[in-house]
Amino acid sequence: MFHLVLVNLGRNPLRTLLTLASVTLALFLFCALSGVLDTLQESIKVGSETRLVTRNKVSLIFPMPKSYMQRLQAVDGVKRVAISNWFGGSDPANPRDFFAQFAVDENYIPIYSSDVDIVEWSQLPAGVPAPAGVDPKLAVFETEQTACVVGIKLMEKRGWKLGQQVTVRGTIYPGDWTFTIRGVYKAKKKSFDESSLLFHFSYLEQKGMGGSGQVGIYVLQLADPSRASAVASAIDGMFQTSAPSTRTESEQAFQAGFVSMYGNLPFVLRLVGLAIVFSILLIAANTMMVSMRERTSEFAVLKTLGFTDGAVFGMVVAEAAVITVGGGTIGALAAKFGIEKSGFNMLGFLPSMTVYWSTVFVGIGIALVIGAVSGLIPALQASRLRIVDALRRVE
Amino acid sequence: MAWVEVREVHKQYQREKQAITVLDGLSLQIEEGEFVALMGPSGSGKTTLLNLIGGIDSPTSGDISVAGTNIARLSGAELARWRSNTIGYIFQLYNLMPVLTALQNVELPLLLHKMNGAERRKRATFALELVGLGDRLGHYPRQLSGGQEQRVAIARALVSDPKVLLADEPTGDLDRKSGEEVLQLLERLNTEFKKTIVMVTHDPHAAERAHRLVHLDKGVLSA
Ligand SMILES: Nc1ncnc2c1ncn2[C@@H]1O[C@H](COP(=O)(O)OP(=O)(O)O)[C@@H](O)[C@H]1O
Ligand SMILES: [Mg+2]
Repeated sequence: MFHLVLVNLGRNPLRTLLTLASVTLALFLFCALSGVLDTLQESIKVGSETRLVTRNKVSLIFPMPKSYMQRLQAVDGVKRVAISNWFGGSDPANPRDFFAQFAVDENYIPIYSSDVDIVEWSQLPAGVPAPAGVDPKLAVFETEQTACVVGIKLMEKRGWKLGQQVTVRGTIYPGDWTFTIRGVYKAKKKSFDESSLLFHFSYLEQKGMGGSGQVGIYVLQLADPSRASAVASAIDGMFQTSAPSTRTESEQAFQAGFVSMYGNLPFVLRLVGLAIVFSILLIAANTMMVSMRERTSEFAVLKTLGFTDGAVFGMVVAEAAVITVGGGTIGALAAKFGIEKSGFNMLGFLPSMTVYWSTVFVGIGIALVIGAVSGLIPALQASRLRIVDALRRVE
Repeated sequence: MAWVEVREVHKQYQREKQAITVLDGLSLQIEEGEFVALMGPSGSGKTTLLNLIGGIDSPTSGDISVAGTNIARLSGAELARWRSNTIGYIFQLYNLMPVLTALQNVELPLLLHKMNGAERRKRATFALELVGLGDRLGHYPRQLSGGQEQRVAIARALVSDPKVLLADEPTGDLDRKSGEEVLQLLERLNTEFKKTIVMVTHDPHAAERAHRLVHLDKGVLSA
């Protein structure tokens, strides 16, 4: 019986293929959009509730003096303070292929040691001892001014190797900056960013700021994370009368603020996804209807042979389902593996995109529903068909 | 009771609020193993009568029983099941599935019976050999002549060993020679395999093959 469904699909291969392709495309887009939104959502959650970020109160784009560092360090409850400064450069050979670079101080990577591992690192020459208080894996990085540490995804994507030099052209801080890769970090959590380049703030300060340090943001590790909000208000209170004043919030809130810059985009994307799915439904339903109308007399013959109305109904629905589930599965899987393989990264500093299996299954479920709905009307028509009426038409 | 028993059957069609009577209290008995030719002018209700006997249409009133089953009382699904066991239908325009080979077309009715693929293939092959198309199993309908298509259709009609074969102008679309082959085949099914056959035809020459002629005119038998 299923064979009959398949040969019927083969009777107009082009039409079948086009319908299949449209469902494939729709489900690909659906899963890709969901992937974007889920990744966006996930990137907010990745930020810690227990780390704080202090920035210029007016705007993220304005820096703060480096002298704030000591004052922050002195605040009760703050365990460690790190500097992070957006560099905003691009690869001169490949300016469109954006990735994020941050100038950070020696406290930065240790603060994130619960989230990232250094998986590859340059060794110190034999006999040279590691500086005191420095992670041995970071020893070379810390002792070399032009060294950098790179996320593993970015390494793989660019085909970079440990020890290699990479050049970044500054946009905010002009000139070509050449760094030597001395370490590779890998996230412990899946949705954590793995596509950034980190280098020494001291190098940026010296070469790009004329020695006078201005800091983009401070990242604060707390002694007691449960006191995060009290510490945050203490800090902002302390700087209230300074110029500039600060705004301190949890890392999660900080990143959420970042994402909310996209405003209604997530909502619009969801609408677009639904519209695509719906229009494909109409196309598939119409195609099925046309295809079934051409076969009216064949259904009548099947019934004459003794096939029940239910069997004919099932045959038509199965035909629709094979097209849509087939196309949907291809599209959803293509989205999952295609996008994840390509390491596509929307903004450079967000984690690279993931299409969850749950999204893939929802997509296939949607395809199944499209199949059922688009097959429903033609299947009802075919099953209700009265043999005598259908056969008279051909006589 | 006769093998096919049509008793006091009325059949009306509704056409734009106006009921037209096609069969008007018609009764007919056909014995097992008979070969009956049903003749009559166009529009006299021959196809309608055949469809009623074959259980693909229901009478407005009256009773029809075939091989002991009164089919006027059966539901749609019961009727479908009954058809698959009882009736072999041969159409004027063959009505083969264009996407299926001759063999697959003949296997189609057997999908409704419990049997495995090998058994199905064996029976369908046998039926096609019987109609002289043992060398055309893998041909598609478009690769066959009209006469050959009709013989595939006959093989499809007899493959599930039905109790009655119904043929609606089976030679109506064929040239003389192919028509002759089809008629010879039907005759052989009747004499050799004792199939009960009811055949609608316009053609007096075709009707001669039958044991018995029934004339239909304006919905009643005219003897
Ligand atoms: N399904 C139907 N709906 C309406 N009228 C029909 C239908 N089937 C047959 N008729 C009418 O019934 C009459 C007999 O038709 P039919 O049995 O096909 O005649 P024949 O086969 O003898 O030419 C015709 O007038 C035809 O128009
Ligand atoms: Mg007729």
